[in-house]
Amino acid sequence: MTDTFSPGLWTLAWRRLRVDRVAMAALGVVVAFLALLALSGMGLVAADWEREVGVNYAPPAFIGPDAATAAAQAAHVALPPNPFDPLAGDIAVLGKTGAVVAPESKRTTLPFGADKWGHDIVKKTVKGGQTSLVVGLGAALLAVALGTLFGALAGFYGGVVDDLFNWFYSVFTAIPSILMILTVAAVLQQKGVATIVLILGLTGWTGPFRLIRAEYIKHKGREYVLAAHAIGASNWQKMFHHIFPNVSHVALVQLSILVVGFIKAEVILSFLGFGVPVGTVSWGSMLNEAQNELILGKWWQLAAAASAMALLVTAFSLLTDALRDALDPKLK
Amino acid sequence: MNDLLTVRDLRIRFRIDRHTSVEAVKGVSFSVPENTTVALVGESGSGKSVSSLAVMGLLPRETTTIAPGSQIRFNGVDLLALGPDQRRALCGKEIAMIFQEPMSSLNPVFTVGFQIGEVLRQHLGLSGRDARTRTLALLGEVGMPDPAVKIDAYPSQLSGGQQQRVMIAMAIACEPKLLIADEPTTALDVTIQKQIVALIASLQKKRNMAVLFITHDLGLVGEIADRVIVMRHGEVREEGAATQVLQAPQDPYTRALLYCRPTLDSRPQRLPVIDDFLSGVAGPGIAITERTRGLTANDTPVLVVDKLCKSFFTRQGLFGKRTFKAIEDVSFTLARGKTLGIVGESGSGKTTVGLTLLRLHQATSGSALFEGHDLMTMTERAYLPYKRRIQIIFQNPYASLNPRFTVGQILMEPLRIHRIGADDRARVTLAQALLERVGLPAAAFGRYPHEFSGGQRQRIAIARCLTMKPDILVCDESVSALDVSVQAQVLNLLQDLQDEFGMSYLFISHDLAVVKYMADQVMVMQHGKVVEMADADTLYRAPQHPYTRSLLAAIPRGIKSFSSQ
Repeated sequence: MTDTFSPGLWTLAWRRLRVDRVAMAALGVVVAFLALLALSGMGLVAADWEREVGVNYAPPAFIGPDAATAAAQAAHVALPPNPFDPLAGDIAVLGKTGAVVAPESKRTTLPFGADKWGHDIVKKTVKGGQTSLVVGLGAALLAVALGTLFGALAGFYGGVVDDLFNWFYSVFTAIPSILMILTVAAVLQQKGVATIVLILGLTGWTGPFRLIRAEYIKHKGREYVLAAHAIGASNWQKMFHHIFPNVSHVALVQLSILVVGFIKAEVILSFLGFGVPVGTVSWGSMLNEAQNELILGKWWQLAAAASAMALLVTAFSLLTDALRDALDPKLK
Repeated sequence: MNDLLTVRDLRIRFRIDRHTSVEAVKGVSFSVPENTTVALVGESGSGKSVSSLAVMGLLPRETTTIAPGSQIRFNGVDLLALGPDQRRALCGKEIAMIFQEPMSSLNPVFTVGFQIGEVLRQHLGLSGRDARTRTLALLGEVGMPDPAVKIDAYPSQLSGGQQQRVMIAMAIACEPKLLIADEPTTALDVTIQKQIVALIASLQKKRNMAVLFITHDLGLVGEIADRVIVMRHGEVREEGAATQVLQAPQDPYTRALLYCRPTLDSRPQRLPVIDDFLSGVAGPGIAITERTRGLTANDTPVLVVDKLCKSFFTRQGLFGKRTFKAIEDVSFTLARGKTLGIVGESGSGKTTVGLTLLRLHQATSGSALFEGHDLMTMTERAYLPYKRRIQIIFQNPYASLNPRFTVGQILMEPLRIHRIGADDRARVTLAQALLERVGLPAAAFGRYPHEFSGGQRQRIAIARCLTMKPDILVCDESVSALDVSVQAQVLNLLQDLQDEFGMSYLFISHDLAVVKYMADQVMVMQHGKVVEMADADTLYRAPQHPYTRSLLAAIPRGIKSFSSQ
């Protein structure tokens, strides 16, 4: 007890979190994903994912090239010049002017294979992860912000305000969630990442709303809030300056639960065809493509997207669990 | 007389995290003879409850280590050597326990008859019908009114005193040889406390039990115990026959515990605190100056409350509502620089009076004139400047400070809201000066409330009120949650501040001795109404209303104070 300023909530939570090895590993994975997202967002990584670098459905390098493709390519190279080709002369002329580029030699294998068009699966997964994470984080932030605001107002004021929000809540939860999502998608009539964020955010606030409202009801009668009232703090100050820091752990845990849920929801939406537009890749659209590929026995796209998602979701869930313990407001 | 329970060199450690542990009980030895009541007395953190839980084997297994040399022998059997199953067979049958909070010790979803019957079926193997007959007899024995009806009641339908009677019935159901009572009356009103203590004493005699009575209240001990053990910081400070310990205490700590509590027949200028006893400044034979209390003709009124009412409504049926009158026609005048004590038992409405005056509840009718303005009817905006003039200190210092704010933030907030001080630099200086005034180091400014003890937190709450220099301070059971020794310090601080700043106090408490020490005028409340109001000395000397008399009669008078010695 020599320093004048004591560790605050976050320092203490960090200390508790640091002891937990599983949590630290999970945090490492999540941070790595976020770093990849940042890099690919800035165009430093996987910017060229749309280049068709491999032959279609090039298998992963560790399996080795497909026998038939290799044979075909070998046959293509060995093809002798055809003296009866009626276009040979025209092509030779065009070739000299540079209008026709000689077809690039496509690779027969890639580190984790290629899709139908010969995109590198690794780069595609990274780029797809960017979309999925932006959707997950963005929608979760929106949902928790709405839920917290509504919950705070309903719980703190009670009475008519509370009834109003509760009716609103009941209407939202009475509709099956997938139907709700499709309805909002139909109303917005635009495909895009921002639309998905809005769809999921506008339908996902109900869970946090209920929890935050309950916390506010519990806290508004506490003596520290009465004391704040007695010294003349305004309602806004009481709600967000006094009470919110004491219930913020609920919002934070909700945030991380929703991130996981929304990443999965985006996958489902894309799978149903309501997700990201053509030309944007996400883990969901990758899984959507994979259903046709799997019949052909091309499993690598499915494996890449699924394992990347499983890794992130598991890490996020573990981190959430540890955060809940570390942020326990019982600062004695 | 044979010793029924012998504890030898008991050492208990609690693990806090991987690297730290604390020793809560440091080599405690005591014994409970057959057919005797032994009181274990101490303040919080003394290890009294931990020792008793160790006897019952109720300490959390994961975090507790009992040192190998420790011994707990019951009837010749070493309890620590027994397996969990053998231990469980003893508990409830041979050794039974009553806890502090009857409400949380009873299961709310079963009837009390079922819960008492469970003990009988479990330990004595009685059939359902026999168990019910025995349960009825037991409820009668513990003085439950109308046992035939109450046997089918749920715990929430009983009062606190009745719940504690059920707990006692459950504990004595199997005729235990040893009854451990852990603060059985702390959560109860004084009049109920008196009944429960009398009940335990009579049961002890009738059933030839031994009782281990754990309490923080030395006054109560004199009423029930044959032997007394005083504990502090996990060690036994003094042990002996009750009369000897209470009347001629050897240890300075015991003396301090006895005399730092205000008594009904003496009112010193300052209450002696533990350090005074340990350093020999206070003690038997050292003269004290008495403080005179009461209103004089020169007193000017600062707050005039007239016919204040507050009702709460609960919905009943579809459209109906039921009115509950929490306070009814409360009128009083508070004089500048004086203290009005409000006493009453739980449910008397004393706290509602305080909260309504601060507009934390909206008054139903009545007025409270402060400088000629009615605080009850003005708008919220008009009331804002008056907020700094009338402040409140709550009962529980653990709940009234925001755990997410540093002490600095807590003190700066009212200064900023009411624009006291020229700028933030001036406000910091002011806040730090106030911290020192209430006896805390200026370094406390950057710390969080959880780093302070209960007494220190109450000082922070007092400092928060002082930032606004209020004219009226409502102390709502402000010292009730504190240990006796800390209570004396905080009462002294409050008195010093009143002498210095001339504030008026509205001192709300269930503790008549504390109110006698603090108040110039006392108002007694029952069921929301004022039953008696008089000068403190008059009221305590010649109480008029029968309720006041019963309250005064219920105060445990285990000891005589200095002045009468």
